This record gives sequence, structure tokens and C-alpha cells, in this order.
Amino acid sequence: MQDMRLKLHIWRQAGPEAQGALRTYEVTANEHMSFLEMLDVLNQDLIEKGEEPVAFEHDCREGICGTCNMVIDGRPHGPQKGTTACQLHMRAFKDGDEIHVEPWRATAFPIIKDLVVDRAPFDRIIASGGFVSVNTGAAQDANEIPVPKADADDAFSYAACIGCGACVAACKNASAMLFTAAKFAHLEKLPQGRVESERRALAMVEQHDAEGFGACTNQYECEAVCPKEISVTSIAMLNKAYRSAVLKTRETV
Amino acid sequence: MSRFQRLLASSIGAKVGMAVTGILLSFFVIGHLMGNLLVYQGRQAVNDYAAFLKGLGPWLWVVRAGLLSVFVLHIVLAIQLKRRNRAARTVGYAKDHVNVATVASRYMVLTGMCVLAFVLLHLAHFTLGWIDPATHAVTEKVIQGGVEIERHDVYQMVVAGFRQPVYVVIYVVAMVLLGTHLFHGLQSLFQTLGVRHPGYTPTIVRVCRLVAVALSAGYISIPVGVLLGLTGAEGAS
Repeated sequence: MQDMRLKLHIWRQAGPEAQGALRTYEVTANEHMSFLEMLDVLNQDLIEKGEEPVAFEHDCREGICGTCNMVIDGRPHGPQKGTTACQLHMRAFKDGDEIHVEPWRATAFPIIKDLVVDRAPFDRIIASGGFVSVNTGAAQDANEIPVPKADADDAFSYAACIGCGACVAACKNASAMLFTAAKFAHLEKLPQGRVESERRALAMVEQHDAEGFGACTNQYECEAVCPKEISVTSIAMLNKAYRSAVLKTRETV
Repeated sequence: MSRFQRLLASSIGAKVGMAVTGILLSFFVIGHLMGNLLVYQGRQAVNDYAAFLKGLGPWLWVVRAGLLSVFVLHIVLAIQLKRRNRAARTVGYAKDHVNVATVASRYMVLTGMCVLAFVLLHLAHFTLGWIDPATHAVTEKVIQGGVEIERHDVYQMVVAGFRQPVYVVIYVVAMVLLGTHLFHGLQSLFQTLGVRHPGYTPTIVRVCRLVAVALSAGYISIPVGVLLGLTGAEGAS
């Protein structure tokens, strides 16, 4: 097992209003560690020295909870395609590397502490329209509503979004279009979701805008960094649905 | 708030506005190039075309007013989007990384502002004749319907204008920047309008980029062609 000496430049910020700065740390890791385990080692060192450990969010550590958010050398979730930071292993780096670790940067995602940001705007976008309204009561027969296999597959690929916010972090405009579109598209692709399509498109896009996210420039940096590799085809779907919803809606505008 | 106001106030709607005005401006860019390429057919072709446009009278002003309003809307929406986008991230990254964004897509505002500056310069140069009055004020005499009339010698103006290397350089640089702007803009507007399909999109992107390069090259060929003496029959009138 090969030891790696690394120099880390990590964004430290004591609280939402505090002035933050990049601080430099040295840590000894090995290539089998995940990126988060490497940070655990650093934090253990800091705790033993009586210093404040680096705050970062983490939960499942298996790439499905979407909390371990950090920009590693300018790339959300680091250099490995289709993975979250917790699935990124230190073998992606080499001995002597200098690594920059920064929080998501977006006005809509205020920093709570160090690498932890507040992603509540995503919850409000979902609450605005990312749901289906169905009556409670006895569940209907399975297979009563036919769904073409291709649509089911598409819906599933969009539903894979874990809401981590890497799309926002990677976008030069801090746009949350990929997130919003993925949540829209996975319902749009299913008959149960399509009935509320118009209202959903209006509500989700306007909530997205109200939260202060930017507009999409069609550079597709979001798709490149998305740990679930959500396609920007969802954004084209939302663009079309929103435009047509505004022009067709019968609700008073 | 009307539907259109609601649409244009949203991030997606502003982009739709950019796309639609972008399409209309692209048609102008194509049409204007078609007209300009007449320079290769010589003096008479260019001057006849110029006289035809002038002869449209009030209709010419209708077209100009439409073009101007589309151009202004494109710029106003660009400013609105840029302000939103800038506000969305006020603190940047200490270490940034570009994954897939093209150079053209990253400098749309810059290339757009350069194109605007060029359009103003171009109007002052060849339309209004403020910049180089001596070259602009040339006329030719032609027999039309049995009477001799004097008309603007656009061909002579263009040839004399581009015999001066300084203008050739300015125009070539401007057209490279216009081509760069269209390189991203043309293919991007399909995504904005929701036209995306795994089968067609790669072809749409390739064709749009080819058109952008072809338009740029077509425009560049004129000043360069004049400077190298490749344009149509010089003496014929």
C-alpha cells in the first residue's frame, strides 16, 4: 500500500456571515481511500491538534444520497466521470498532488460552514411542482396504465437525479436547469405525470428563477459533471414544455 | 402581465426570445452575404442591386425598422440574461475547470458586443459615409430608360474601401468574431426551442457549425478578394 503525501487547499468559513478563505493542509493518504476517507484522516489530525475539523456533508457514502458536495480542482465531485465525491478514490490522484477543495458556488446556495451549503432551494422547486396528485385509497391494478418500455427507461434515467447540485456548481451561470428539468422530465415521461404537465412546467421554472439560479447557456457542463449522467435532453423537454405552457395556459396570468 | 411578458421575464422565455431573434438576424446575415457576393459579378450587378434596394422606398424602411427592433430585442434580452447569470454566482472558484464548453460558447457576450460595435462602424463606413467620405461619395452615370441618370457607385466604394488594408483587417477580425458567435448560437437555438433528438441533434450541430464557418468565410472573402484583386470586371459599368 502506497502512502501519498498531499497538499490540500480547502475553503474554510466559520459560518454563513463569516469571511472565508482557502487554508492549506498536508495529509498522508493512500490510494485505496475514498476522497471522504482522506478528509476523515485530515479531520482526525485536526481534532488531535485541537483545531476545528473541516465541515463537509456526507451520509450514505455510496453515491446515492447526494450530500457529499465539493468542488475538487474546479470539478464538482472531482475528476472521475459519473461518480460522487464519496465514490472518488485517491488512486485518481498521485503522490505530491496539490488539490483545491471548494464549496458549491451559487448565490442560491448560501454557505452554512466550510464546504456545506444550503440546498433548500431544490426542495422548494420540488414542492412547487415535482409531484403527482393522486387520490388515496386502494391501489389500482398493476399494469392498468400501460407505459412503453422506452418511456419507462427514460423516466428512470431522469429519476436517477440525486439532487446533489453538481449541475449548479459546474454551470458558469449557476443555473439549476438540469436538476429542474430532470425532475420535470421523469414525471413528463409517465402517464401519471403528464396530466399535470402544464402547471408543473410553469411552477417549477418560475420557482427555479425566483430562487436566483441563472439561465442555461447550452454548454452542457452540467451533463459532463452529473454523477448520475442525466442527459440535457431533459432541458430541451422543459424548454419546450414551459414555452408552450405559458402560451397555452388558461389560468389567468 | 401578458403571456409574452411572462415568457420573456423567465429564464427559459428570455432564451426563447434570444433564439427567435437570433434566427431572424441569421436570415439577415445570410441575405446580406448573398447581396454582397454580387461584388464578384462586377460593377453593374452590385450597383443594380443597390439601386433596387433604394427603389423599395418606404418598404425599405419597414424592413429596416423590423431589423432594428429584432436587433434591439436580442441585445436587451442578452443584457437581462447576463445580469441574471452574473447575480447567480457572485463568488467564483479559486481553481476553475472547463469540461466540455466550447470557446465560442464562453465568449458569447464578448463576441456579441464586438459584432454590435462592428455593425455601428459598418453603418458609419458604407451606409452613412461618415468614416471615409471620399470613398463613399462616388457615383456613376448609367442610361436607364433612354435617359442618363447618376447613381451611387457602390461597387467603386467597396473596391476603394478595401484597397486600404486597415479596413480589410477590421472587417476580417469582425467576421471571425461573427462566425464565432454563430458557431455556438446557431446550434444552441435548437436546444433552447426544445428540438433535440438522439438521431438528428448531432447532424443539426454539425450543419449549424458548418453554416457559421461558411458565412464567416463568405464575408471574409470580400475584403480579402478586393485586396487581392479577385473581384469582378473592374472597368465594366
